[in-house]
Amino acid sequence: MAFTALLANKMRSLLTMLGIIIGVGAVIAMVSVGMGVKSDVVSSISSLGSNMLIVSPGSTDRGGIRGAAGSRTNLKYDDALAIKEKAKNIDFVSPSVSRSYQIVYGNQNWNSSVMGVTPEYMSIRSLEVGTGSFITENDNNKRNRVAVIGSTVATNLFGTSNPVGQNIRVNNQPFKVIGVLESKGQSSMGQDQDDVVIVPLTTAMERLMAMDYVSSVNIQVSDSNKMDQVQEDIEVLLRQRHKIIGGKADDFNVRNMTSLMETMNQTTTMLTILLGSIAGISLVVGGIGIMNIMMVSVTERTREIGIRKALGATFQNIMMQFLIESVVIGVIGGIIGIGIGCGLSMLVGKFGNFTTVITPLPVFVSFSFSVGIGLFFGIYPARKAAKLDPIEALRYE
Amino acid sequence: MGNIEKITISLRGIKKLYKVGDQEVAALNGIDLDIKEGEFAALMGPSGSGKSTLMNILGCLDRPSVGSYRLDGQEVAHLSDDMLAKTRNQKIGFVFQNFNLLSRISALENVALPLVYAGVDSDEREERAMYFLEQVGLADRADHQPNELSGGQRQRVAIARALVNDPQIIMADEPTGNLDTKSTKEIMEIFQSMHEKGRTIILVTHEPDIAVCASRQLLVRDGVITRDEGKGVVLDVV
Ligand SMILES: Nc1ncnc2c1ncn2[C@@H]1O[C@H](COP(=O)(O)OP(=O)(O)OP(=O)(O)O)[C@@H](O)[C@H]1O
Ligand SMILES: [Mg+2]
Repeated sequence: MAFTALLANKMRSLLTMLGIIIGVGAVIAMVSVGMGVKSDVVSSISSLGSNMLIVSPGSTDRGGIRGAAGSRTNLKYDDALAIKEKAKNIDFVSPSVSRSYQIVYGNQNWNSSVMGVTPEYMSIRSLEVGTGSFITENDNNKRNRVAVIGSTVATNLFGTSNPVGQNIRVNNQPFKVIGVLESKGQSSMGQDQDDVVIVPLTTAMERLMAMDYVSSVNIQVSDSNKMDQVQEDIEVLLRQRHKIIGGKADDFNVRNMTSLMETMNQTTTMLTILLGSIAGISLVVGGIGIMNIMMVSVTERTREIGIRKALGATFQNIMMQFLIESVVIGVIGGIIGIGIGCGLSMLVGKFGNFTTVITPLPVFVSFSFSVGIGLFFGIYPARKAAKLDPIEALRYE
Repeated sequence: MGNIEKITISLRGIKKLYKVGDQEVAALNGIDLDIKEGEFAALMGPSGSGKSTLMNILGCLDRPSVGSYRLDGQEVAHLSDDMLAKTRNQKIGFVFQNFNLLSRISALENVALPLVYAGVDSDEREERAMYFLEQVGLADRADHQPNELSGGQRQRVAIARALVNDPQIIMADEPTGNLDTKSTKEIMEIFQSMHEKGRTIILVTHEPDIAVCASRQLLVRDGVITRDEGKGVVLDVV
């Protein structure tokens, strides 16, 4: 019965549904963009490794002028070794230094960031070597001039030929390429993660950069429940080693990637909710559209209502008839909206340089919302219809 | 019709008052009327005399302002809207001057409509609706929509609809008012045969030659019944 009535006015029904279609579509598309941002952030943080603590030097503080964080030179390789030796519940400790250099091979040159790391770096960043091998403990101990290059560096310097075994020059010093990393693509921050040259930490510190400190130490904790405990242990250990006593401020920072992740998660969830609610407003507007059309429909069908009542339809019968009609508008509009929303978010994901993630929750929520809106905004017109006086209604022209 | 005639409709002191501006108009001004089971009563009277108002009250579409209405022994003057709806559905069949069919559904579905509200399941609805369409000679038009039928055919569909739930009383307010002579004759024949089968019929008409078909003629004037005659008398309406 509801369908007959809706089919009798196809164009109008469609236009009425349009409000719901756009509303549901917008909610799904918006939320999927929000969720996409969230998953990007999460994956970029977790690509740094899960259960990660990052120790970096504090900022310089001379005569009240604070330098940038990490500008101090007091975080030593020995600190990293001490952490590795003394702290419990840790899997890997990976100190690193990095600086940009011009890399030369033959007549080709390329600017890239050069990182000095220990072999643990590979596990901690879940890197994989495509051809060749990664740097070893031995390379690190002997300060070998060897390098593992990212695929961007490889293609820019070597084109299609195999870099392994070739010599490149970094800051005019020869390094032998021993491996090429598997591509990791762009990070969510838009950085090219393949534009990197990796050399042994000691080589980088002593032969290349002439520095006796490291820029950061990454620590992978074995159990995520122990993060806070391990963080505290490390802070105590470093304060001890750096002879910081009493209430004096630390000269280093320990960042907990898990809590960073939580913060980012909260932020992106807020973003998603915000986007979703803005889109949700159009859903409400769509509902008002339903109400509007149902009011017109009730007026138009006054005579029909009179006839039905004369034949024995009760208040409830008429109420249901109109409610079902508006709910059907909500349901059909919701279904089409889901289709369009999903399509839209896939298009955005494909061509819009955005990651979009469609989860069942917003689909389910916006669908039930559209059904609920059909119901809610249908009640008033349906009541109006059901309360009509049969004689008045039959007399209506 | 047995020996002891059952009184189906009993009105006592029925008044219907309308407020127009700050004046009170009495559309019905004290009606006492008994109609026995199986009677065929014609309501006559000049325009504005209150015939339709009386029919609406008899048909449980409206409530009297004052008075008592016993239908089948049950007081219905002050029933709730839903109870009135139920009563209409079960006891009364309506035939209107302007047919009042739903335009978007077929003749068969129109006939079946009262059964929807009586809670009859769809197979039986269709079967019973078809039976009554056959009775009015429109079985071959079952799938037609009202606008594909002539006036006379539409009124026959409406009669089939009035009969479908097997009501005790058929109320018809000028059922032939919009029809030509030939259709009028056909419709009146149907009313005659319903009467012969023992159904109670109340019919409003302006035309004396239609009223003479009835077993009883009532003349309404200014909201009261002024004459009550048996069959055969020709009442002067004007
Ligand atoms: N809703 C209303 N409000 C005010 N007055 C009304 C209303 N309905 C009917 N009346 C008045 O009641 C009187 C009787 O009207 P009714 O429709 O019963 O006349 P009728 O006998 O059926 O006339 P007709 O033969 O023209 O159909 C009229 O004077 C009419 O103006
Ligand atoms: Mg009238």
